[in-house]
Amino acid sequence: MTANPPSYLNAGHTIRSWLLTTDHKRIAVLYLVSVTFFFLVGGAAAGLVRADLLTPEGDLLTNEGYNRAFTLHGVIMVWFFLIPSIPNVFGNFLIPLMIGARDLAFPRLNLLSWYIYILGGLFTLIVLLVGGVDTGWTFYTPLSSMFSNGNVVLVAAAVFIVGFSSILTGLNFIVTIHRLRAPGMGWGRMPLFVWSHYATSIILVLATPVLSITLVLIAAERLFGLGIFDPSLGGDPLLFQHLFWFYSHPAVYIMVLPALGVISELVAAAARKPVFGYSFVAGSSIAIAIIGFFVWGHHMFVSGQSMYASAVFSFLSLAVAVPSGIKVYNWTATLYKGNILLDPPFLFAMSFIGLFVVGGLTGLALAMLSIDVHVHDTYFVVAHFHYIMVGGTISAYFGALHFWWPKMFGRMYPLTWGRITAATIFFGFNLTFFPQFILGFLGMPRRYHVYAPEFQTLHVLSSAGSTLLGLAYLLPFVYLGYSLVAGKRASANPWGATGLEWTVPSPPPKHNFVEIPTVTGRPYDYPVDKEDRR
Amino acid sequence: MTEDLPRLKEPYSTRGQQREADMLGVYLFLASEIMLFGGLFAVIFIAHFLHPEEFVAASKKMHVAIGTANTMILLTSSALVAIAVKAARAGHARPVWRCLALSALLGVAFLGLKAYEYWSEYQDGLLPLPGARTDFTSPREHLFMNIYLIATSLHALHLTIGIVVLSLFAWLVRSRRVKLPAGATATETAATYWHLVDIIWIFLFPVLYLAR
Repeated sequence: MTANPPSYLNAGHTIRSWLLTTDHKRIAVLYLVSVTFFFLVGGAAAGLVRADLLTPEGDLLTNEGYNRAFTLHGVIMVWFFLIPSIPNVFGNFLIPLMIGARDLAFPRLNLLSWYIYILGGLFTLIVLLVGGVDTGWTFYTPLSSMFSNGNVVLVAAAVFIVGFSSILTGLNFIVTIHRLRAPGMGWGRMPLFVWSHYATSIILVLATPVLSITLVLIAAERLFGLGIFDPSLGGDPLLFQHLFWFYSHPAVYIMVLPALGVISELVAAAARKPVFGYSFVAGSSIAIAIIGFFVWGHHMFVSGQSMYASAVFSFLSLAVAVPSGIKVYNWTATLYKGNILLDPPFLFAMSFIGLFVVGGLTGLALAMLSIDVHVHDTYFVVAHFHYIMVGGTISAYFGALHFWWPKMFGRMYPLTWGRITAATIFFGFNLTFFPQFILGFLGMPRRYHVYAPEFQTLHVLSSAGSTLLGLAYLLPFVYLGYSLVAGKRASANPWGATGLEWTVPSPPPKHNFVEIPTVTGRPYDYPVDKEDRR
Repeated sequence: MTEDLPRLKEPYSTRGQQREADMLGVYLFLASEIMLFGGLFAVIFIAHFLHPEEFVAASKKMHVAIGTANTMILLTSSALVAIAVKAARAGHARPVWRCLALSALLGVAFLGLKAYEYWSEYQDGLLPLPGARTDFTSPREHLFMNIYLIATSLHALHLTIGIVVLSLFAWLVRSRRVKLPAGATATETAATYWHLVDIIWIFLFPVLYLAR
């Protein structure tokens, strides 16, 4: 054929060549397979929860069974899907390609990070097999340390292990972005996707260890009676919440910042225009990362922390809206007068923006002390964070999948099916979670599976939506799978997008670039001269 | 001359770039370690702030002489490790492995003293282990000893890893499996980790032993 070296997919066909690979692109594919698996497991648990909530009496599951189902849903989705999904699949695949490097700075560490992820995953599956855990994914003390009869230590170990995987990935990204940029690729020329991963990595490296030590303290309390949180041993249960949310609030930004980066790429490619206010969009990622470290107390407005602390945390939480708003306004301004085609990635980006705005505005409501006291621990909160984490992160994940799929596997998929999926996900999502805002505002508490009969209609609507949503999430398995076997071959740049990743063949060769490119222009130099769109 | 320089690995185009990336990686790893212990220090400070008198009383029961001796041992080892790095950059193998091995030995001495300290605390009824006899005067004292045990044993675990790493490097340099000054970056990584373990102790010592 051509003089191009064989693609990374053809560089070896044995199982060994995959399991011992140090190629970031192959590791990304390994992650793709494993996070998809956990997405299905976590989704099944969600289906169980929604099915149980169809009747006010909760006939399907026992009280204990319900607690274990929603805990596993939370643990798996947060730590084994939402946090690793975009960074470990797309960050891994794209960061070296986007900055003109042959690989990440520490290729073997990258592979190790995948094995650690799998080890943590195995622990979680063992927990699932031996009966699960009933504390919720937040492991609040004293429930987790004194009263829970589930496998708290085992699940804490799983999360502890997968935390190491996060730290190593974050470290690898930071070093790569600092040291391996191609000549001419200054900080002001980096794609926004890379910027958002840089911000995410800082949080990963600095926040995850705090979660690790918190889990160590819980394990020490359960195993050896070394009480740090148990009041009968002089400890303080509130301390747990401070430590936990010091990690877990930034963790929300670990989930959503990479999504924001994806959307910037998708919007620019769809509008075929430079991103409006590039440096503001880049800087807002860093601003979100920094402010994100100072807002954990908004999870504790009614936990007994001082009123003054709550007021400060409320103010700081409102401040996160500024950089988030900058992004949304700038995407809108980018789309203004854009030459837009309704391709699947664009529809996913639109769906993301819609859901992210609803999630963000309800977040502002929750950051207000007075409103939070009313809706605290109700379905309003559940709906809010699902809008951000599921509506936001998973929409972006699917958008990324549909945008970079031709690059990753060299095949196009039927675009109509992509459009149908995007629309169904958007509709199913709103049908699932919008009724939950109303439920919460009317006073339906979260984590209850027996509820007052007047809430049933809204719960049935929500469960119906979740069925639709679940089916829409399964659709891509069919047509993306089909594309691998019978899809049209993709050109190097099927969307007519800018970025170094579109200058190499699809799928890319093993070492990415035959010759390391020199970057001479700004990113998002639209319109692209050569129109080889599809 | 070229064999003095480290082997250039896959994603890098120059050795300088590779060295900078290696060092940045180590510093980021250590930053995450600091955040790990940072969580513990936050616990110590908050508990101390909430119950100052009980904590001072509990701190007075610490074996401050052993703690001081251990601090000096670790500081000495840190100095030796620093000398080893200087020598590694200059390409002198013998002082490198000798200093590293001596530091590892000092680390072992630290652990030995620490074990003795735990044992005497066990005798005093201060060690809050399951099954151990304890006679705490207040739940706060119990809390203090809980924190003390968790913090120092986590530090000891890190120190043990450090001892293994230093011994390994001493052996690698001595047997010429790592050539100098080509392997100086690797020596520096190990040394930096050791310094971190020292520094954590330098902070643990005053907040636990000297808070009296």
